[in-house]
Amino acid sequence: MTQSSAVSQGTQPKVRIANVSKSFGASQVLRDISLDVSAGEVVSLIGASGSGKTTLLRCVNLLEPIDDGAILLDGDEISSVGRDPNPVRRRVGIVFQSFNLFPHMSVSRNITLALSKVLGQSGEEALERAAELLKRFGLAEKADVYPDQLSGGQQQRVAIIRALAMRPEVLLLDEITSALDPELVGEVLDVVRELKGSGITLLIATHEMGFAREISDRVCFLHTGTVAEIGTPSQVFSSPNDERTRQFLRRVMN
Amino acid sequence: MTSSSSSERRSFERAQRRRSTLIAAASTTAVLAAVIFLVPRMPRWDRVKKSFFDIDQASDSFPRLVDAFWLDVKIFVWTVPAIFIVGLLIAIARNTRTPALFPLRALAATYTDIMRGIPVILWIYLVGFGVPGLGLERPYNSPLLWGSVALAMTYSGYVAEVFRAGIDSVHEGQRAAARSLGLSSTQTMRFVVLPQAIRRVVPPLLNDLVSLQKDVALVSLIGPIEILRQAGIDKAKFANFTPYVVAALIFLSVTIPLTRLTDYLLSRERRRTSGTRVA
Repeated sequence: MTQSSAVSQGTQPKVRIANVSKSFGASQVLRDISLDVSAGEVVSLIGASGSGKTTLLRCVNLLEPIDDGAILLDGDEISSVGRDPNPVRRRVGIVFQSFNLFPHMSVSRNITLALSKVLGQSGEEALERAAELLKRFGLAEKADVYPDQLSGGQQQRVAIIRALAMRPEVLLLDEITSALDPELVGEVLDVVRELKGSGITLLIATHEMGFAREISDRVCFLHTGTVAEIGTPSQVFSSPNDERTRQFLRRVMN
Repeated sequence: MTSSSSSERRSFERAQRRRSTLIAAASTTAVLAAVIFLVPRMPRWDRVKKSFFDIDQASDSFPRLVDAFWLDVKIFVWTVPAIFIVGLLIAIARNTRTPALFPLRALAATYTDIMRGIPVILWIYLVGFGVPGLGLERPYNSPLLWGSVALAMTYSGYVAEVFRAGIDSVHEGQRAAARSLGLSSTQTMRFVVLPQAIRRVVPPLLNDLVSLQKDVALVSLIGPIEILRQAGIDKAKFANFTPYVVAALIFLSVTIPLTRLTDYLLSRERRRTSGTRVA
């Protein structure tokens, strides 16, 4: 691989997306896109619908195979063909726009399923971990409830907890507030705020510009499957260099 | 406009309900009366009554028919687990996604196509006479055994399609969530997809059981003396069709409760998965 020669261990990015392309049939969603994310960094992906944010996150979690390029985790190429994705997914979690909680399982079982089946934890150990996280995020009394009895905001918080329970090094958040009623957005974003600075690397696709500005170390504007602009929140939001960024921000801010 | 008070609304709804009950009762009574009044006036009613609804003949045949019906029940009871297991395996095979498993998918698809494409009776004849004809030793040459196998094969084709529809109805996001947590595809199928799929297809599966319960009688065509065949024997002996009517009533005594149970489960499932009902 091209990166290994140049990058030393200390400055190696946590996640390196190198010249990745991805098409669905005739439509190319990612075009030769590159992005490095450091350990513990919070990077937001903004951009219009269809700009490739969701696909990029799904590629990093190996839910979508890439056509070209490479994705590296700690310098290790995880996107190579034929590689078992499951060990990677233990280290890289994802939370979806539509929650995707398992409706036939209680909240607590949703969280413990992968702990016991993937990490091999005992039932007791897994339950303890679930209880600890539910308590930390104010959902302790919902442990035995089924997902359809929860509000959207609560469901999404459980989905975040389910991903966090695996102690991932990288957490991908895919428009996690887009399916929520406006008054429920805050409680979910509060969870993400609490994660910042905990050492976890966050890659966030979002339409919440205020939130992206507040929480991100860097903001990345995607346009038709490539990075059009990347910088600190104040630079991207206050003095964008790229004309397409300016147009996009003008549209979404008003 | 002032809105009507809630008591006014309630009494209106009560009146509506009373009205529909009255209409239903009246129309049922009218149809029954027509049948009771008209049928006995048909020219040959006396003969039909004697050869189809002979009470003495019925009570004479009844114990023999109930005895023979036990064989139907037994065939039913041992084919059902086989049908569910084979059907589920076929459905899972059709749902595999690895390119390397293409032959398995093709085989499963061919199996369901063939099983659903051949009339049950024909398949029972072919397997029930054909396999014992290979010269197998007792008890493996019994037409009863191979007739049941044929029945189970046909029904597993149908049941496989029901399971497959259930598996397909589980949203892709469920798989994505399970796989993203590191579960293997087998674990995802077992812990996330199948439990949801099976719950959804219980009512259509019961539907298939109701029709299996009737089709068990087809096994009689290759020899075993179950209720349909016993009724035929009695008919021949006494030159009276009443045993057939009794056999039909015995079938109904099982299939009607099973059908009601299916309807109940279906409506419960519908209530659970959809919103309020439109009147």
